[in-house]
Amino acid sequence: MKQFITGNHAVAEAARSCRPGIVAAYPITPQTPIYEKLSEMEASGDLGGIMMRMESEHSSMAACISASLTGTRTFTATSSQGLALMHEMLHFASGARAPIVMACVNRTLALPWAFWSDQTDTLSQRDTGWMQIYVEHNQEALDSVLQAFRIAEEVLLPCMVVLEANFISHFMEPVDVPDQADVDRFLPEVSIPQRFDIDNPSYVGAVVSQTQYRDFKHLSQEAMYVALETAESVDQEFGSFFGRSYGLVEAQDLKDAELVLVTSATITSTARVALRQLREKGHKIGLVKIRLFRPFPTEHVRKLLDPVSKIAIIDRNISLGREGIFCAEVKAALCNSPVKKQIQGYLAGIGGTDVDVDLIQRIVLDALSREEFLDRPIWMKEE
Amino acid sequence: MQPLSDPSTSCTADTPCVDVMRSGHAACPGCGQAISMRLVLRAVGPRAIVVTVPSCVSVIAGPFPNAVADMPYYHAAFEVAAASAAGISNALKIQGKQDIPVLAFAGDGGTFDIGLQSLSGAADRNEDFIYVCFDNEGYMNTGIQVSSATPTYTWTGTTPTGNTRRKKQIMEIMAAHRIPYAATASIGFPEDLMQKVQKALDFRGTRFIHLLSPCNTGWKIPENMAPKVSTLAVETNVFPLYEIIDGLQYQITYHSKGLPVEEYLSVQGRYTHLTPEQIKSIQSETDRSWQALKQKSGRQSQLES
Repeated sequence: MKQFITGNHAVAEAARSCRPGIVAAYPITPQTPIYEKLSEMEASGDLGGIMMRMESEHSSMAACISASLTGTRTFTATSSQGLALMHEMLHFASGARAPIVMACVNRTLALPWAFWSDQTDTLSQRDTGWMQIYVEHNQEALDSVLQAFRIAEEVLLPCMVVLEANFISHFMEPVDVPDQADVDRFLPEVSIPQRFDIDNPSYVGAVVSQTQYRDFKHLSQEAMYVALETAESVDQEFGSFFGRSYGLVEAQDLKDAELVLVTSATITSTARVALRQLREKGHKIGLVKIRLFRPFPTEHVRKLLDPVSKIAIIDRNISLGREGIFCAEVKAALCNSPVKKQIQGYLAGIGGTDVDVDLIQRIVLDALSREEFLDRPIWMKEE
Repeated sequence: MQPLSDPSTSCTADTPCVDVMRSGHAACPGCGQAISMRLVLRAVGPRAIVVTVPSCVSVIAGPFPNAVADMPYYHAAFEVAAASAAGISNALKIQGKQDIPVLAFAGDGGTFDIGLQSLSGAADRNEDFIYVCFDNEGYMNTGIQVSSATPTYTWTGTTPTGNTRRKKQIMEIMAAHRIPYAATASIGFPEDLMQKVQKALDFRGTRFIHLLSPCNTGWKIPENMAPKVSTLAVETNVFPLYEIIDGLQYQITYHSKGLPVEEYLSVQGRYTHLTPEQIKSIQSETDRSWQALKQKSGRQSQLES
């Protein structure tokens, strides 16, 4: 059924429809409406599972991990400082192979204090062993939560669904909220290992030797490779169930492109408009949207961008002392590409600043006319 | 290896006990905490889930693939014994397995210091588990550093001239949360200890056992002294045995001989530097606390009569 709802509300609807046994959460702007909505659903009897109203995000993740290891489907949501506070437990979750799904609403990290969209909070958690899906709009947020549970429980790795503050979290859009029966068919009842089986006891989290530690990490990396295939097949299956699919990476107008713009999340929507206008003026620009960030779809990116020589990449995030994080990742993915590349990184939207059609067109025109491609990113600001 | 107890038989102080915990654990010889764990697990039996956190408890549990007991064990992060136990007990509830007790084992660092927030949160929500704090009065697993459970004047590696702080009153903190059951226990009084663990099993909600567990290395006592020192802690009123129901009803469970604190302090190398004035000060503080406890317990007796 179509509903006119915010991205946060869409995420809460998605989480509810996945029938989680445990939701452990803690308030933080701009995630809080997810926590509140799920609490309302619990109060009305629609949630089914237990809400644990924790005293911190760190404890929220700790409870999610142990509940997941007990064998329940587990969900939480957070943002920014909350995610940073969870950091220790994020490594723990992936190390324990706990298939937790977490909605992360991108928000600036202090200092300075602010409340706007900025992807650095989730991208800083890049190496924690969590899968990460970056979404473009409210519908994709809802759909990605459903997909995330399927992928996570199949490969036994935790998964973040990442949506931006305000642009998704608080903006209202028409969203198709699937019927429960359809969700139940797509996502069957939870069937993950019950690690604390009283009749078949085991020890989770024992101290290991150097070689055992290495081998555990090797297995997790192999699981990430499997996750690439799983994410793709789950997305295709989702498409056949619900008529919508997104791919791991989405490409648009690459065939005749003289330059390809790489984006993620909500900037993509604006870029679609900006590039359409430019095409009307004769500029043939392609678009690549990266949706799955971990595991990084290197093969997909290479397949699309190997033939391309000029690339501009927009980042609403920064690894200080380096550059935009998507830019660094894409450059790394293309380092063995047979076609020589000219890649320019642009920082746009940091701190939740506006990235409008004009700004994106300025980026594209700059890259098109650029003789020298710089190793350092270019800061794009309002004119 | 000790034979495992039959899950169908519950062990009481009156019936012969079978150990759940195996010998050959990874603790130091004569470790007070290993004895504590053994008694707690003996009282609970094997059909429970144990959460441990970094501490000597998790060392005693043994390195992969060894395990100290045939029980589901989870080695969580340092500061989340309570949150992790709560996650399990809620998940068991959803699965309809509420008959399985969940135990959280943490040291004093993991309880008094880094884990206090998580413990307070769980106690506030009255999460359903038994939390056992194995208090050896310092960070012993990392080599004897001060914690907020270290008593006044005590030597540790980070208080080389003696601790200037007071031991945090964890039982008062837990009582203030009005949890259904809290008790102190000591390996010097194993029957009292096991009875309290079994009593805790009869409650639902957050239950807390504060278990004094001497560390031979950190307390600088001989390997065979942990039980004796534990007994002296109780007999000198340094560590009285009592329980608190619903955070309000105090009950002293053993009336001590009221020996001078010097008898407890003088057998431990961590107190060899004490001056007569410091010993006097410890004595008067101990007397004051004991009188306060007796008053609370007495008030309860008056209420009941």
